[in-house]
Amino acid sequence: MSAPASETRIMDLRQISVRELNQALHDLPEAGASTRWQVRNAAGEHALAVGINAPCAVEINGHVGYYCAGMNKYAELTIHGNAGTGLAENMMSGRVTLKGNASQSAGATGRGGLLVIEGDAAARCGISMKGIDIVVRGSVGHLSAFMAQKGRLVVCGDAGPALGDSLYEAQLFVRGQAADLGADCMEKEMRTEHLEALGVLLDQAGINLPARAFRRYGSARSLYHFNIDYADTY
Amino acid sequence: MCGIVGLYLKNPALNDSLGALFSPMLLEMTQRGPDSSGFALYRDQQPPGRLKLVLQCAEPEFSWSELAAELTRMFAVDVDFSAVHTHCLLSLTAEETAVRRYFSRAELPCAVVSIGRHIEIYKEVGLPEEVAGFFRLREARGSHAVGHTRMATESAVTTAGSHPFSTGSDLCLVHNGSLSNHNRLRRKLEKAGAVFRTDNDSEVAAQYLDIQMRQGASLEQALYSALDDLDGFFTFTVGTSDGFAVLRDPIACKPAVMAETPDWVAMASEYRALAGLPGVETARVWEPEPATVYVWEQGGRAHTACRNTQEAARK
Repeated sequence: MSAPASETRIMDLRQISVRELNQALHDLPEAGASTRWQVRNAAGEHALAVGINAPCAVEINGHVGYYCAGMNKYAELTIHGNAGTGLAENMMSGRVTLKGNASQSAGATGRGGLLVIEGDAAARCGISMKGIDIVVRGSVGHLSAFMAQKGRLVVCGDAGPALGDSLYEAQLFVRGQAADLGADCMEKEMRTEHLEALGVLLDQAGINLPARAFRRYGSARSLYHFNIDYADTY
Repeated sequence: MCGIVGLYLKNPALNDSLGALFSPMLLEMTQRGPDSSGFALYRDQQPPGRLKLVLQCAEPEFSWSELAAELTRMFAVDVDFSAVHTHCLLSLTAEETAVRRYFSRAELPCAVVSIGRHIEIYKEVGLPEEVAGFFRLREARGSHAVGHTRMATESAVTTAGSHPFSTGSDLCLVHNGSLSNHNRLRRKLEKAGAVFRTDNDSEVAAQYLDIQMRQGASLEQALYSALDDLDGFFTFTVGTSDGFAVLRDPIACKPAVMAETPDWVAMASEYRALAGLPGVETARVWEPEPATVYVWEQGGRAHTACRNTQEAARK
């Protein structure tokens, strides 16, 4: 099924179904050589290029629907358009670059890899993230990084209300204004190791901004354990 | 779930193809709402004083010509009528309140679906493709249209429970979501004289907007009041005689996407419903912000009003 590395396989969704596209991508061997793919006429279809488990480079032309690039492992995807709900949800590794804006829950529950959103992301960006790195060139909506457990969310613009509500150990970096912080989220000191790590991440994302322009937010860790003083409340 | 779609033509040259553009949008949302479907068409605006009435009757033997003759006697005017599937479009010169009073008192097996100078609503139980076929949506001409594909969660799957809901002259509403305070609000509106036809939460929202606007509120003001008075999940699309509006609740769980070109503005639950519109490749495409009113009136003059979402989200 796989084409030579130099060849780009054209998958036109006016000619083939989403099922056929995804099956072709699933047929790639996990340890095979990287292949190149171009998906045309996305037309807002859902579940495009989900569950890839092989090294490959996939370009998608057009706006995509829900759950694009979900569960991605090893692959590098670039989407030339906007994305619906749940872009790169539960990504394991690899890289997803979105040239437009993302709807809600981008990068939800992601375990690894890098998600770069060159426009804005709507509400709940990085909800329950578990190790993924998300870099948003624009702004994010309300309740971003809700219950985020691990990984890093970098916002070059502003963050909407209730940033980092019920946060665990994910690190949040915001360059603009956070409208307000959610329960148990607090601003933390930007130490040398954070500046260095953020600088590397911004480089990877292709964003030319100084790490020192960002503020760091993290968990106040006050919701981690049951507090006996509140026992009577329940 | 449910799917909602709306198309507002800014360029009148497109009016002949309203149905051809809008019908695929509605059908694309079939997976979100396969149990019933409906749409409001704004077309053939009547001169002042003259009303268009869309009635629905499930009984195939019902005689629309006898009803038209009865209305002619009652109101001493000529009544034009044309039946289509289970619905009938009538036009006559009469006062809206008098017509409503007649239908609330008369013991007829038919129900009023819409009344206005501009609006026509057609809705039925069935797949969107069937419903669009019953009422020849693809051939429809007009200036704007609002549609709904229903997956019922809150009340019965019936023609009356389908969207759009219209309780007042030329105003209609489609809703994706569920309201949690609709029973209390319904009782409050009933005390103010409102009459409800269904137990549906979305009918309460339509009636609420209608009453606000009858009391002098603009469409934009009525929608801002709705943010204060309606509790629950909603993405609304609203049509008026010359307007088109979209509103999402502050939490914004229910999806919405909008697109605009110099020729048209459109909304849908999902982008794929917009993907076939002419010029969509270069359109401005965006997700409407929570607790923000988007209004187009008078042929496309847009005004977007942004409330402090932080304040709204805390409520």
